[in-house]
Amino acid sequence: MTTAAQDFLRSAAEKSANLTHRHILRKGIDTYNSAVTRGLSRFMNWEAARQKCHEIKFETINHLDRYLLEFEQHVKERGGHVFWAQNGEDARKYIADLAKRHNVRTIVKSKSMVTEEIHLAAALEAQDIKVFETDLGEFIVQLRGEPPYHILTPAMHLTRDDIAALFKEKLGDVDTNDPGELVAAARRALRKAFFSAEMGITGANFLVAESGMIAITTNEGNADLGVSLPKIHVAVAGIEKVIPRMQDLALFWPMVATSGTGQPISCYNTLIGGPRAPNEFAGPEEFHVVLLDNGRTDLLADPEQRDVLHCIRCGACLNVCPVYRTIGGHTYGTTYSGPIGSVLTPHLRGIHEFNHLSYASSLCGACTDVCPVKIDLHHHLLHNRRNAVTAHERPGSEGSEFKMFRWVMQSSARLAASGAIGRMTMRAIYALGLAGTFFDPTRKWTKMHAAPKIPRESFRAQWKHAQVEKK
Amino acid sequence: MPKVSLFIPCFVDQLTPEVGLDMVKVLRRIGYDVDFPENQTCCGQPAFNSGYWNDARVLAERFVDVFRSSENIICPSGSCTTMVRNFYPELLASTPKHDEATKLGQRVFEFSEFLIKVAKVSDVGASFPHRVAYHDACHALRELHLKNEPRELLKHVRNLELVEMPYSEDCCGFGGTFAIKFNMISGAMGDTKAGNAEKTSAEFLTSTDPSCLMHIDGILRQRKSNVRTIHLAQILASTAEAPR
Repeated sequence: MTTAAQDFLRSAAEKSANLTHRHILRKGIDTYNSAVTRGLSRFMNWEAARQKCHEIKFETINHLDRYLLEFEQHVKERGGHVFWAQNGEDARKYIADLAKRHNVRTIVKSKSMVTEEIHLAAALEAQDIKVFETDLGEFIVQLRGEPPYHILTPAMHLTRDDIAALFKEKLGDVDTNDPGELVAAARRALRKAFFSAEMGITGANFLVAESGMIAITTNEGNADLGVSLPKIHVAVAGIEKVIPRMQDLALFWPMVATSGTGQPISCYNTLIGGPRAPNEFAGPEEFHVVLLDNGRTDLLADPEQRDVLHCIRCGACLNVCPVYRTIGGHTYGTTYSGPIGSVLTPHLRGIHEFNHLSYASSLCGACTDVCPVKIDLHHHLLHNRRNAVTAHERPGSEGSEFKMFRWVMQSSARLAASGAIGRMTMRAIYALGLAGTFFDPTRKWTKMHAAPKIPRESFRAQWKHAQVEKK
Repeated sequence: MPKVSLFIPCFVDQLTPEVGLDMVKVLRRIGYDVDFPENQTCCGQPAFNSGYWNDARVLAERFVDVFRSSENIICPSGSCTTMVRNFYPELLASTPKHDEATKLGQRVFEFSEFLIKVAKVSDVGASFPHRVAYHDACHALRELHLKNEPRELLKHVRNLELVEMPYSEDCCGFGGTFAIKFNMISGAMGDTKAGNAEKTSAEFLTSTDPSCLMHIDGILRQRKSNVRTIHLAQILASTAEAPR
């Protein structure tokens, strides 16, 4: 078993048994889910909207080359720079060099999962540059030295009291658990950063090909401040973020907001098209877009799972996932958690190290039902499992078990015989009170369950008797 | 007399035979001639879900052979019905049996689905004087889109009080080998489900899938809960003359 899989099992066991954790997540997610239900009811036809989003993304992803070049051309026309990063290292180096060239000491960063994916902040801090996360949730987890717990809600696992204690310790100027005052304290800390930063880093929710603009969505306005005050703006985006037309935003902006939080649309939605033009009095002097591949073109080459690139990172699949709600975000040990993380991570970081995530699901399909761009999430977990077996990434013992299973099931007589022996054995073991002990081959089951009542006779045996009696 | 064939999942055969027998009772009561192709074993779902598609394919082909001459095929599990109807076409893609399997899948029905949609019977003459909550099993709900069919049947059972449980659509955590490989997650999910069942003060929790019920039952008894599990077929089989 790989280290990642072992860590996962350890953490999952711990979190599954933690009732406080379960209640915190349940409470947080229930608030979202009821808002999402209200939000969905505002759509005249949610299913048609999903279908349309799916079609737009399908068209874009299948012609990604064309749309990305169109985007790049328009950014350049307006004086912006576009850098194509094949992997995280390329992206980190480009941004670090840029910062060095401009003597950047302080960076304000808005929420961006792709910068988490490439561990950008850590790389910049290693160069003695101070990086401030300016989204409130991200600011909180940064103070704790943790990665975000959730794609959309980074501090979902924390209570108000946790945050009060954290701020008291780290910020010093606040000693209360009043939400308003806690937010004010964060604002005081961040305002200083905003005014001293030389560089602002953002993600991009969408890249609009026809206009060469990036669309950024926040609820706090922190990205807008972060790109207005510093003299350099760097936007980092995965190559799958492109959409063809401006008018597509009329659908995608409400979809991403409603799916994630139930809002009709997020509070701040901004389009940014380049550096400050000569006739403008605000905006950065330099505008850079870093387009990141980092495994995405490999996924693009897989027609079966290409639709995973449709993802708009709304977080809906996490909120409905009973596994996520049980084990929480950090247990996954990946940037992207929940169903989308379990599907995507083996592609981005290798099926060897991360195939266990595709098995850590009951395949209930709640994720697929809510996905606004109709990614076939739970079926892709099945595909990942098949790929893991084909690539010989599963333990040999499991392969032998299924060979044996197949052999038994190829004959009804063998099923009947092995079933009879198995039932007799289990009846004896349970009757002797050995359930859950070393002698119990079903101990993984009886650890969580009261021992099942095992019938004396199978269905097929009883059927046969009845047929004989009839004659 | 119209004929149906029984598709008894391997674990129903071995672990919960009463579910199959009660399904037979109900089918006969509403006038069907029931046949059990004795060569049947397993649809291959455990291997398929674990990624062992080559092993699963052999069992899928075998299933097609066993049920070739059957007309409507009735199964007391939404999950195994899903395997045949929804997944065989993908599993057998580009193989000689693909088309036949796809057509066969259209003749396989989950029990409540068959009663409501094919037999068009919602009252099977059952009586069950208890308070009952229904758990939406995932495959029945999301792969077969059965939400109202089991409830429709329960509403027509005499003396039965049907109550809705909170989060009835949340997965119970069984998930086949998931319950073994990740037993702590599965157990915690089952615990949440059991807690929600208890909130309804129902005496029984019912569903379309014996596997979910076996899981929830083990958790409920572990919790020393007052709620008991019972398969839909067992409720429909009980009458005022032959109560449970």
